[in-house]
Amino acid sequence: MDAYLEGILILSGINLIAVMGLCLLTGFAGLFSFGHAGFMAIGAYTAAIFTKMLGLPFVFGIAASAVSAAIVSWLIGMATLKLKGDYFCIATLGFGEAIRLILDNFQGLGGSRGWPGIPASSTLLNIVILDIIGVVLIANLVRSRHGRNMIAVREEELAAQVAGINTYKYKMLALVISAAYAGVAGALLGHYMTFIQPKMFSMVKSTELTIIVIFGGLGSISGSVIGAVVLTFLPELLRVVDKWRLVAYGMAVIAIMIGRPRGLMGGFELTPASFRKLFAERKAAREIKAASRLYSDDDSAQGAGR
Amino acid sequence: MSNILEIKGLTKRFGGLAAVDNVDFDVREGGITGLIGPNGAGKTTIFNLITGVYKVSSGNVFFRQKDITNTEPYLVADYGITRTFQNIRLFKNLNVFENVLTACHASAKYGLAESFLRLPRFRKEELALKKKAMDLLDYMGLADRKDAIANGLPYGLQRRLEITRALALDPKLLLLDEPAAGMNPDETEQLMKLIANIRDRFNLTVLVIEHHMDLVMGVCEHIVVLNFGKKLSEGRAEEIRGNKQVIEAYLGGEHAEC
Repeated sequence: MDAYLEGILILSGINLIAVMGLCLLTGFAGLFSFGHAGFMAIGAYTAAIFTKMLGLPFVFGIAASAVSAAIVSWLIGMATLKLKGDYFCIATLGFGEAIRLILDNFQGLGGSRGWPGIPASSTLLNIVILDIIGVVLIANLVRSRHGRNMIAVREEELAAQVAGINTYKYKMLALVISAAYAGVAGALLGHYMTFIQPKMFSMVKSTELTIIVIFGGLGSISGSVIGAVVLTFLPELLRVVDKWRLVAYGMAVIAIMIGRPRGLMGGFELTPASFRKLFAERKAAREIKAASRLYSDDDSAQGAGR
Repeated sequence: MSNILEIKGLTKRFGGLAAVDNVDFDVREGGITGLIGPNGAGKTTIFNLITGVYKVSSGNVFFRQKDITNTEPYLVADYGITRTFQNIRLFKNLNVFENVLTACHASAKYGLAESFLRLPRFRKEELALKKKAMDLLDYMGLADRKDAIANGLPYGLQRRLEITRALALDPKLLLLDEPAAGMNPDETEQLMKLIANIRDRFNLTVLVIEHHMDLVMGVCEHIVVLNFGKKLSEGRAEEIRGNKQVIEAYLGGEHAEC
């Protein structure tokens, strides 16, 4: 395969993993985060410590990245999840920037110059496998009682509580799982670039992830998948407009959001069942139309006869 | 008959204002108790104190002799107390079936790993949950609306759905906050019958806040009257109907007439 195309596919696959986690947190549990690049950074550096410093296989690096990001998110969650929506969002923003600045100033891991020489273990194959596993796990979760409880928290927190749902626990669960996904994405990114630098995990990255989730449609897994691929490819396709690239990117996103205010998929999923339902509705609509035409034909025939 | 709920010296202060002031009353197991009073009497505040939505300033709430004062709302629900809200709080963007299915969660025991991997216990318990939700919708006459989005339902059905969702938790004590608000006399009468039926069918105790006197007098075996956060009176419907203080609270005292 063309190395350039493969590169973009790999980057969309990596974004997809981070976006899947954020899709659970934002789309299903209803919590906005602008600090997920921080969890990616934790994952990237932890995995690099395991593979580069300790010489362990990549699998251990990935597992460690998920676990480390999850633990940190649990600590952050304890401090911030009691906050209401917007305040939680601001707290995550602060956290993401704090992680970046700590790594910038910590010379042991390369500081702001970055950390080169990480083994190039990320391949398109292992990323695609992890993507599939990641999507299946989240899709299974949101259709279980645990997933429904998260959705209840998003819909109406007080009603969820009096329905016996421990809202704090389910928000924490969503946060920890999404952070683990971001950690894995960070590990994959580091082992694809073979170089990591705190600058890669700035607020811009966090915002990009949130944009993808909203673009795909809150509460839609297929939307997030399509969003991750489309919005990773888009800047590359827009290279033709040269220095206006990011302007065009911004305009394209705005245009799509105006056209589809609830996101690309607007909460719907692409599943065999939803297709069947769509076709059944189309068919019913056609039949009604045909029947009404028949009826009006009848009508006009009668009119002519009279 | 024993008391399922005992409220002793319950007080809630918001700053200098005592919204609920030293209120005592008991709710008998298996009965339908009414909680009435003019606007601002503290009825809904009492519901919020029982279910742990507000923190109690002083006093205690006992559920089956167990002190549940200041328990987290989700634990209160676990003990077997659920409620509806005066301003309906449904999971608005979910459909009718999903609203009830979500509330059925406590009937399943499968864990997180089992949901991630769709293990056999997950499948089995999910089927049972779906059946339970469907049975409830059938009983409450909402089965034909199961795919409708909750927010788009007519008002009366939204109230009905909220009661259905509360029943999905298998409560022992059901707290209804103005279930007949905004209903016409016909709908109110249907609701009265429904409340009595639900009580018998699910072996519940019901505590209901209501303004519609026909509903209160019609179904409640015991009535507690509040005014300005204090208990004014309690007793059987006939006793309350003839109580001078109660009439004064609702219609104004003789000296206030002009």
